[in-house]
Amino acid sequence: MTYVLDQSHQALKIGEDRLLYGYMAEFEHAEDVVAAARRVRDAGYKKIDAYTPFPVEGLSEALGFRDHWIPFLMLIGGIVGCIGGFALVYYCTVIAYPLNIGGRPLFSWPMYIPVTFECTVLVAALTGVLGMFLLNGLPMPYHPVFDHPDFDRASSDRFFLCIEARDPNFDFTETRRFMETLGALHVSDIELRK
Amino acid sequence: MVQPQRTDETFEMIGPGHNYESVTEKISSVVLSRRISVLWLALVLVFAHIAGLFGLGAVMTLFWGVGTWGNNIPVGWAFGIINFVWWIGIGHAGTLISAILLLLHQNWRTSINRFAEAMTLFAVFCAAQYPLFHIGRHMYAYWMFPVPNSMGLWPQFKSPLIWDVFAINTYLLVSALFWFVGLIPDLATLRDRARTKPAKIIYGMLAMGWRGSALHWRRYTALYLLLAGLSTPLVLSVHTIVSFDFAFGNVPGWHTTIFPPYFVAGAVFAGFAMVLILAIPLRAAFHLRDVITMKHLENCAKVMLATGMIVVYGYIMEVFFGWYSGSEYERYMTFVTRMNLNESPYAWSWYALLICNGLAIQPLWFKKVRTNPLALFVISLFVSVGMWLERFVIIVTSLTRDFLPAAWGNYSPTWVDWALYIGTIGLFFTLFLLFIRLLPAISIAEMRELVAHHGHGTASFTEHGTEEMADARLVEEHPTNKF
Repeated sequence: MTYVLDQSHQALKIGEDRLLYGYMAEFEHAEDVVAAARRVRDAGYKKIDAYTPFPVEGLSEALGFRDHWIPFLMLIGGIVGCIGGFALVYYCTVIAYPLNIGGRPLFSWPMYIPVTFECTVLVAALTGVLGMFLLNGLPMPYHPVFDHPDFDRASSDRFFLCIEARDPNFDFTETRRFMETLGALHVSDIELRK
Repeated sequence: MVQPQRTDETFEMIGPGHNYESVTEKISSVVLSRRISVLWLALVLVFAHIAGLFGLGAVMTLFWGVGTWGNNIPVGWAFGIINFVWWIGIGHAGTLISAILLLLHQNWRTSINRFAEAMTLFAVFCAAQYPLFHIGRHMYAYWMFPVPNSMGLWPQFKSPLIWDVFAINTYLLVSALFWFVGLIPDLATLRDRARTKPAKIIYGMLAMGWRGSALHWRRYTALYLLLAGLSTPLVLSVHTIVSFDFAFGNVPGWHTTIFPPYFVAGAVFAGFAMVLILAIPLRAAFHLRDVITMKHLENCAKVMLATGMIVVYGYIMEVFFGWYSGSEYERYMTFVTRMNLNESPYAWSWYALLICNGLAIQPLWFKKVRTNPLALFVISLFVSVGMWLERFVIIVTSLTRDFLPAAWGNYSPTWVDWALYIGTIGLFFTLFLLFIRLLPAISIAEMRELVAHHGHGTASFTEHGTEEMADARLVEEHPTNKF
């Protein structure tokens, strides 16, 4: 029997009212999830994710994530903050409110540095934090993986690996069988709540 | 090596036998436990009442004006800025621990960075109160910011005081962001472990749906590292700019180039003292001796000794340059106003400063002292007092005796000054006590990472078999048992 993706292209229709989000394997050790991730990736799956209680070294590389948005966004933020801060001080001291103090030059740039620096740091930090939240789609109060009965341990001592149903290679039976071979404690269905 | 005094003391970064679950349980239970200890409640009440003094002082200031303070001409800056600089300095150790030590791969920072960052936030919050109340006419507070207004007025960007506005606000915001970003995974842990509905909802909302996705962690760690990279020059710039408030003026005793490094070192010195003042009771009260270990205390003591010696070097250089400048005003400031007990009403503060910051830290050369929590606590108290005296010396001695004897004057604080000062100490400790019961005082996610690196993350490693272990075995044997 073949199953088709539902309209949202997020899940597989597996019954009258049932939508499969993906399969979730649970692991006990950090190294196991990295090894499993590498195998899943090698098997050609792309729509995969792992859920871990702390950043596991090498896991995002094993899953094939190549995301460099944060440093880039922060660099842009820093440049905008730097130019903006400098321009603000220039505008105030030269254009909007020129003060002649003993004939000293209005455009005394060394005095602009501290404010320029603070603005650089502030805008870069704000962009980075906002960027992290936006890219990660947070805040997101509900996500299908939260329905996994053991998922409260993803924030404590268990490591999870999920192959999502929207992956083009996903197969209702084959993928399940493949996941059983990864050495997980167990594999379970994640259904999408209607 | 000196033996630890208690059997549960350890010199490792983390006590033996810990796994992911046990560190998670240990730290989160401090927050999630429904038992309220009498000691904690009593301390909160005591400090909240002391914080009430701040409220009283603030009402006095708002109602009758800054005239209720002891500030006068020539001492236009007094307790307000002494306390401001003192609190800002205390805050700096938090950033140093969380940012600079992270960049230097100093793993021992892990169990103290969270509460040190909280300490930073609360200290900067306390510091911000003084400029806020000192401006006197609060309806004009927005004049400090570049806000377009109908008067066509703009801030004076060539003044260090305006730099201060930018530096302190940036520092407060960036520290708050850094702290909150660090908290998110732990808030998720609390959300998952909370047993009561309100706790689940509140921690759930704060955790913003964090689910520990590998892609999220990737962006998260990139952000965290870059924020640390930004905070490092930021913290140095903040205290440098604070020192510019003085060094840019030509008052004898202020106009020196040594101020920026000497202020930064002093800030770290005072901050580590406060870290120890907070950590020593914290680890005893919540049985965290195996998480905040002797190694942490000893390292803090070493940093305190190193920065303290830099500060002492600063004092020596101040005296040297006072003499070497050849300026009679500088010489008078150094050798009469600060040092001559017969001529100057404030010379006592200079000697008290040397005792607190110079002499009191010398026992830290000995390992026996560095590993004795009580001794460290007492020395840290001395340092806190000493660093307050340092700002008192810089501000009061310099302003009371500047150039013209006709313009000299004396200064003494009023009870409103004291109320505002002691009040912020109460405010600080009240906030801190609430923090340790409402949020994890130690980063749980980072502790798990530490456990992973020490290679005993899994439940089966522990020698005293836990429920956890039995549970895991059960699942291994019969995968379906769990569901």
